[in-house]
Amino acid sequence: MIKMKARIDIFKRYLPLFGQLVIKDIKLKYRRSFLGYLWSILNPLMIMGIMVLVFSNMFRFSIENYPVYLIIGQTIFNFVSESTSQAMWSITGNAALMKKIYVPKYIFTLSRVSSSCVNMLFALGAMAIVFLFCHARFTWNMLFIPVILVQVYFFALGLGLFLASGTVFFRDIQYIYSAFLTAWMYATPIFYPIDQLPIRLQWLIKHFNPLYAYVTQFRGIVLEGMFPDPRLVFYGFVMAFIMLSAGSVTFLKTQDQFILYI
Amino acid sequence: MDDGFAVRVEHAVVRFNMASERIDNLKEYFVKLIRRELMFKEFLALRDVSLEVKKGEAWGIIGTNGSGKSTLLKLVCGILKPYRGSVRINGSIAPLIELGAGFDGDLTARENIFLNGAVLGYNRAFMQEHFDEIVDFAELWDFLDMPIKNYSSGMAARLGFAIATVVRPDILICDEVLAVGDYAFQQKCERRMGEMRDRGTTLLYVSHSIDSVRCVCDHALWLDKGVVRMAGDVGEVGDAYIRGLQ
Repeated sequence: MIKMKARIDIFKRYLPLFGQLVIKDIKLKYRRSFLGYLWSILNPLMIMGIMVLVFSNMFRFSIENYPVYLIIGQTIFNFVSESTSQAMWSITGNAALMKKIYVPKYIFTLSRVSSSCVNMLFALGAMAIVFLFCHARFTWNMLFIPVILVQVYFFALGLGLFLASGTVFFRDIQYIYSAFLTAWMYATPIFYPIDQLPIRLQWLIKHFNPLYAYVTQFRGIVLEGMFPDPRLVFYGFVMAFIMLSAGSVTFLKTQDQFILYI
Repeated sequence: MDDGFAVRVEHAVVRFNMASERIDNLKEYFVKLIRRELMFKEFLALRDVSLEVKKGEAWGIIGTNGSGKSTLLKLVCGILKPYRGSVRINGSIAPLIELGAGFDGDLTARENIFLNGAVLGYNRAFMQEHFDEIVDFAELWDFLDMPIKNYSSGMAARLGFAIATVVRPDILICDEVLAVGDYAFQQKCERRMGEMRDRGTTLLYVSHSIDSVRCVCDHALWLDKGVVRMAGDVGEVGDAYIRGLQ
C-alpha cells in the first residue's frame, strides 16, 4: 500500500516530463517542413487516398462505403503497429539518459504510446473529412468513439510495455515482432470483410484478435449508425485490461535489471 | 529517528554480469540453453561498501579507473539497485553526472531547458521562474533558439550545469563534470558549488584529480576494486592514496 502511494507520488512528480516528451515527439515530427503541422492531417489523408484507390480498383469486395470501411481499420491498426514498434525501443533508445539520472523508466514507454495516440487523433481529423465526402451518417452514437480509443490505447500501452522490457534482454524481438505485425495485419479484417474467411478462421479471429473487436465497434457506429454490441465492448475492455496487466507486471518485475543490459 | 544523515549506504553489494558473456538475443539464448552453456559469470562492482554522509558534509570519492566510484554514485542516485545491502537517502538529490545527458539535439536550448528540468523532476512553472537565471548563468542569451546539436560541448555543459544547480538540492552529486568548459566557467562553477555548500548542501564528488577533491571536499572515501580502502578526513585519505599509488 505504501509502495503504491510512493509510486503515485513519483508519477506525479514526473508528470511534467511525460508532457514534455509527448510534446517533443510531436514537435520534432514536422519541424522544418514547409506545411508544418498541416502535415499531420495531410499525411494520413494522402495515405488514405492511395489505399482507397488501390483497394477499390484492384481488389473488389462487396462492401458498402468501402473507403470509410478501409480507413477505420487502417487507422486503428496503424496506431497499434506504430505505437508498439516505437515503444519497443523506448527503453533501449533512452539508455544514455537512464544510465545517468534516475527517471521512472515507464515514462518513456508511456510517452511513446501517447504521442502515437496524438497522431491517431490527427488522423481522426483526416478521417472526418473522408466521412464528409463519403456521406457517412453523423449520429449521436459517435460520442462513443472516444471509449473505443481508450480501449485501444490501454491495449497498445500494455503491449508496448511488454515489448519494451523484452527488447532490453533480447534484441531480436524486433525481427520476430515485425513478422508478427505482418501476420496480424492480414489476420485483422482491415481491407476485406470478415465473412469472406472460412468459418473456423473467423471464429479464431473473433476470439483471439482484440483488434477485430475495436475495429468492428468503430465501423458499427460510423457505417450503420448503431451503438456497438455491448458484448464486443466488454470483450474489448477485458482484453485491454489483460494486456495492460501483463505488460505492467512484466515491466515492473524486470525494470531493476534494465540498467545491466542497456 | 536520526535525522543527521544525508546518505547512508550499508553493506552495499552491486553485481554485474560480465559483458563478455552477455547474451542479448533470443537465438543465442536458446542455442546456449540447448548446449547447456548458459552460465552467468558474476562481477562484483562494489563489495560490502558502507558510507555515512552527514548533512552538510562534502565527500570526495577517489580511486583508480574501474574501482567503482561511478557505480557508487549511481547507487546513491537510485539508478542502480543494490544486490545486497541498503541505500537510504534523506533529502532531494540533484545529479550532475555528465552534463546534458537529458538534452535532445534537435530541440533548441530554450526547449531543452524545460525538457531537462522535467528530467530532473521540476515542473514548467518552476523552470519558467528560473529561466532567466539559468540563461544568465550559462551566458547563452544569443544562442537560445539554436538546436543543441550545433552547440559546442562546452556550451552544452554550461547549460547543463546551470540547469542542474538552479534547483536547490539537499544533496548534489558531481561526477567529473568540471573538466569541460573554459577556465572562467570552471571558476564560476566552483564558486556556485561553494555557495551551495555554504547554504548547507551535502556534496558527493567524484574526480581523478586529488587536488580538486582536496579543494572542494572535507571528507574522502578511497575505493579500490570495489572495496573501501579508507574513509575519513580528506587530508589523511588523500595522502594515503597518493602513497598507495607510488
